[in-house]
Amino acid sequence: MDARVDQAPAIEDVAIETRNLNLWYGTFQALFDVDLDIRRGMITSLIGPSGCGKSTFLRSINRINERLGYVTTEGTINVLGNDVYRASVNLTQLRKHVGMVFQRPNPLPLSIRDNIIFSYKLHAQDRNRLHRSEQDEIVETALRQVLLWDTVKDRLDNSATQLSLEEQQKLCIARLLPVQPSVLLMDEPCSALDPAGTNAVEELIWELRENYTILIVTHNMAQARRASEECIFMLLGKVVEHSRTDEMFVTPAQKETADYIEGRYG
Amino acid sequence: MADSMFKATQQNVSDEHRDFLVQLLFFGMTVLLIIPVIIILCMLMWKGGPAISWEFLFSEPTNGMTAGGIFPALVGTVWLVTVALLVSVPLGVAAALYLSEYAPDNWLTRFINLAIINLAGVPSIVHALFGVGAFVLFFEFGTSILAASLTLAIMTLPVVIVATRESLQAVPLAFREACWNMGATRWQTIRRVVLPNAVSGILTGVILEVSRTTGETAPIMFTGAAFFLPFLPESVFDQTMALSLHLFVVATQVPNVPEHLPYGVALVLIGMVLLMNALSIGLRMYLRGQKKW
Repeated sequence: MDARVDQAPAIEDVAIETRNLNLWYGTFQALFDVDLDIRRGMITSLIGPSGCGKSTFLRSINRINERLGYVTTEGTINVLGNDVYRASVNLTQLRKHVGMVFQRPNPLPLSIRDNIIFSYKLHAQDRNRLHRSEQDEIVETALRQVLLWDTVKDRLDNSATQLSLEEQQKLCIARLLPVQPSVLLMDEPCSALDPAGTNAVEELIWELRENYTILIVTHNMAQARRASEECIFMLLGKVVEHSRTDEMFVTPAQKETADYIEGRYG
Repeated sequence: MADSMFKATQQNVSDEHRDFLVQLLFFGMTVLLIIPVIIILCMLMWKGGPAISWEFLFSEPTNGMTAGGIFPALVGTVWLVTVALLVSVPLGVAAALYLSEYAPDNWLTRFINLAIINLAGVPSIVHALFGVGAFVLFFEFGTSILAASLTLAIMTLPVVIVATRESLQAVPLAFREACWNMGATRWQTIRRVVLPNAVSGILTGVILEVSRTTGETAPIMFTGAAFFLPFLPESVFDQTMALSLHLFVVATQVPNVPEHLPYGVALVLIGMVLLMNALSIGLRMYLRGQKKW
């Protein structure tokens, strides 16, 4: 079963490369020999039925899986040519370069301003000499990038948890940007939002695609179709198909993909 | 016929009847529970109330403790509780932080948790004897505020740890995950997000500990509290009087004590504890209001 894109992309076009990636939760194997080349500077969506390993795959890229303690990973994941499982990898640096957005918006119980400046401060070399004006600039830039500035500019000191879910999710994206990540991982970023919120966040993700490599897990077939350039279909821990989104939805190469897209299981 | 479809059966009627009886029973038990509390408070007010005056609070006992006030005991209790807190709060909060935020789930952690639960169940007189052996004799602190406070601290440590751990675990995991995913270390996460949101619960636990420490008698009896000592302590190496022991003494050990005196001491003691509890409730309500989720 050849799951790779027909023409192998040139090395410099690949943001995330995995080879023989196997992953176990205790004795349960969740990923089987995942070989993927996820291209730089575009949106790739991961689809598949519940429990197929999409979120597990996403969470192994920034190694947040390890928090669970009983996870075993084999194989390699290279992010921009660097093996993330090498012993010399510092998790703080990894997570600076690989940001993550969750299913439920999870702003910190701090003000809007402090939410944005939080990760910048974590990673800043001179965090104690950060002037208020610099902070304000960082906050404004990040909020403008997620199209939130105009709605919240007059209440930056209000609690972030009082924002609407849509605004919270945008904020959660915005707070990743000041440290200039290369990759953004998104785990069903719209599934807690209403249709209008979904639209707004999807549009935002689409806007961001030029500057970041975005990998987005979704249950929503229509979303994968309209909001991603490449698409990966996974089933039972294996990659079944990886191709351009428009191709996959019109002429899927594998029977399982066709069945899933047409809603015969899921 | 439509009407009879929803009509109560004999079964329904008897079930509801039983439900009412059970509710009545439980209400009765609850009333039974608070009656002693009300009686105690009323008795104390009635019999001890006349004893309370500025002079009673701020003068020394005289005439072999059959007259005068309770000032040295009041000050001694404040000393004992304060020193005990200075020891148990940092220790307890640090231990709870380790157990809740750092400890892996292994046999050692489970063993420590078990030990803490068991420590909470140790009778206070056993703590007292431990205090004598460890602090008075082995560390040679003598019978002093330090030895008594350390004994109190060890006794109340489980309460602080459990209260702190519970309020730490009430902070949603999502906040921690958000922090970790931005590359925050565990300490950065604790300091910036977890602790600020757990502080109300921790304070409540601490104040409850204060009120319990205030009333304890056994642990301080052999380790630092004096029978009669009409001077104020000057350092932690001095002995001191304490309210709880003073109550025991004037109620049982000294002849010819006027009846209102022990009741007055008891009223002051319970007043301190109630004040502490009220403070705790008020603080918790205030800090809850400050929470941002």
